Amino acid sequence: MSVTEHAGAAPAQSAPADSVLRVEHVSKTFGAVVALRDVNLYVKPGEVLGLVGDNGAGKSTLCKIICGFHQPDSGRILVEGKEVHFRSVQDARRHGIDTVYQDLALVPQLPIYANLYLGREETLGGPLRLLARSRMRRVAEDYLRAIKVQVPSVNADVETLSGGQRQAVAVARATRSQVKVLLLDEPLAAMGARESALIIDLIKDLAAKGQSMIVIDHNYTHLFQLCDRLAILQEGVITFDRLVADTSLHELTEYMVSEYRRQVDTGRVERADGSGRH
Amino acid sequence: MVKSATTAAGPLEAPPTPAPPTAGWVSAGRQLRRIMERREIAIFLVAILLFLYFSISTTAFATYDNFVTLTQFLAPIAAIGAAEAVVLTTGEVDLSSGTAFIFFPFVVYYLWANAGVPLVLAILISLVCAAGFGLINGLLTTLLNLPSFVTTLGTLFALDGVMLVTSNGVQETLSFSGTGGSILGGYSWSEILWALVCVVAIYYWLHHSRFGSHVVATGGNLVGAAEAGVPVRRVKIWCFVMIAVVSAFIGIIDAARITTLDPGNDGTQEMFYAIAAAIIGGTAMTGGRGTIIGAAVGSVVLGILFDGLYIKGINAYYFQLVLGIAILGAMIANVQLRRAAVRRWKSIRR
Ligand SMILES: Nc1ncnc2c1ncn2[C@@H]1O[C@H](COP(=O)(O)OP(=O)(O)O)[C@@H](O)[C@H]1O
Ligand SMILES: [Mg+2]
Repeated sequence: MSVTEHAGAAPAQSAPADSVLRVEHVSKTFGAVVALRDVNLYVKPGEVLGLVGDNGAGKSTLCKIICGFHQPDSGRILVEGKEVHFRSVQDARRHGIDTVYQDLALVPQLPIYANLYLGREETLGGPLRLLARSRMRRVAEDYLRAIKVQVPSVNADVETLSGGQRQAVAVARATRSQVKVLLLDEPLAAMGARESALIIDLIKDLAAKGQSMIVIDHNYTHLFQLCDRLAILQEGVITFDRLVADTSLHELTEYMVSEYRRQVDTGRVERADGSGRH
Repeated sequence: MVKSATTAAGPLEAPPTPAPPTAGWVSAGRQLRRIMERREIAIFLVAILLFLYFSISTTAFATYDNFVTLTQFLAPIAAIGAAEAVVLTTGEVDLSSGTAFIFFPFVVYYLWANAGVPLVLAILISLVCAAGFGLINGLLTTLLNLPSFVTTLGTLFALDGVMLVTSNGVQETLSFSGTGGSILGGYSWSEILWALVCVVAIYYWLHHSRFGSHVVATGGNLVGAAEAGVPVRRVKIWCFVMIAVVSAFIGIIDAARITTLDPGNDGTQEMFYAIAAAIIGGTAMTGGRGTIIGAAVGSVVLGILFDGLYIKGINAYYFQLVLGIAILGAMIANVQLRRAAVRRWKSIRR
């Protein structure tokens, strides 16, 4: 139970008492694959935490545990100091945690407004639970306009949208209702410079409003723009956790390169290996 | 803007300047194209053309008596086809629906004619058993993570086996009398009316309810829907329950009309016609896209074809050939229409 037992894996600072989210000693395995070992993480109110790590390091798994999609094998999660046990993503949403998944979790065949309400559609009331379409359309339109997301029409099916527009719709869905912690899993992956800029602006606007967030990304330049603090996840273990103000792009790059060299030397990575995208 | 001006000025005042005629033509053209891109429209046009063709080329087609025959033939296909459209939309298929259609009237017979259970109660118990059968299909598929093609193929034969064992392979007569009998199936139009009730209910369920949205999401992006909080397993299970109950119900109505129960029929033909109706109506086998109106119109097309070819004295074997070509044609048309619709939205985006 004690933190010192896992001194190597524990973050540099211990979690401050006012953390909006705390992840303590969380482990997760999928069959023989150990995705996370004894992960500790915290997010302070209004803080933007950047999470970096190689493909397969366990970032998405951590994300899916925090948002209730997976259940951890061990460890605990605290929201505003109170321990929570999420049995579903609906459960986590009720506690103010919402997610923009790496795969976006949008339904191509449904219109934009239906995707914005996916899993929490509004109904006209009554036992038939008929959809309150016009109300959902109106709110969706207003909300997208308010956060300056441009789409042809909220009635357009998501399959007709560009990658950036889809990402924006996914972000809009996660932020439409008040959230305490927003999780963004690689929101800038596979996007052109112009579309990235759009999403970065969207995230910056949210940060300016005091939204607590965890942003997963591979691009350090983006992360230094967006984040207050950076953590590195390596093979299921948090190995680095520092305020952006206390580190630099140079230091972080050096760190990652030396880590890579260490892995090559210990034979854990093949020299020419450049693959392994997840 | 135009509307408020008219109301304020009163209907007798000079009308506001109309839009330039060209704009009207452009928007009418766009409207037409939008209608043409609807998945149901192709099959709807086919239905009208076939109807006109057989009405003009034969004298026996467009008659009251023939319409009764026609609707009685297509009613089960319409009801089960609409239910299959929902199951297909979740990305699954139910091969056992036709067998449920044949078997559950036997349950009514066993309870009512053999055990003396009141008719309404016998029907209700039969429908509850059908729901249980659908539940088994749903649980096998979702909990064992097996394709429904396999699970419902298994339950098809199992249910057929139960029917053959319990009936000893002997035909029975199920004849309801009185008003109840007329409502159930005795009246010429009762079967199509009941089928219509099923189709309308399923239409609202898929296209206008919260559950229907979850059905589309489950079939369109299974993992994504689950991540967004849609209970995908429960959605699939309910769909299997629904199709079993609908098949059993329309089976009881059909049996009440024909009055003969034949355990020699395993119901696979009814099942294949129902799936064919859903597919030629524009429902995708790959999930995420289904249309109840399309399935209903698809069943009308099958009915008109079968009936019309029969009246024209053309060998009934041609029906299968035409049906096969119709299914292939519908698949190709669906893919093309979809591409056109996506292109149009993309052109708006730019
Ligand atoms: N649902 C799952 N079933 C089995 N293995 C999984 C599952 N999800 C993730 N993994 C495995 O867990 C490890 C971490 O994956 P992931 O969290 O997606 O990494 P990242 O997001 O950092 O690229 C990988 O080895 C991956 O193959
Ligand atoms: Mg990932």
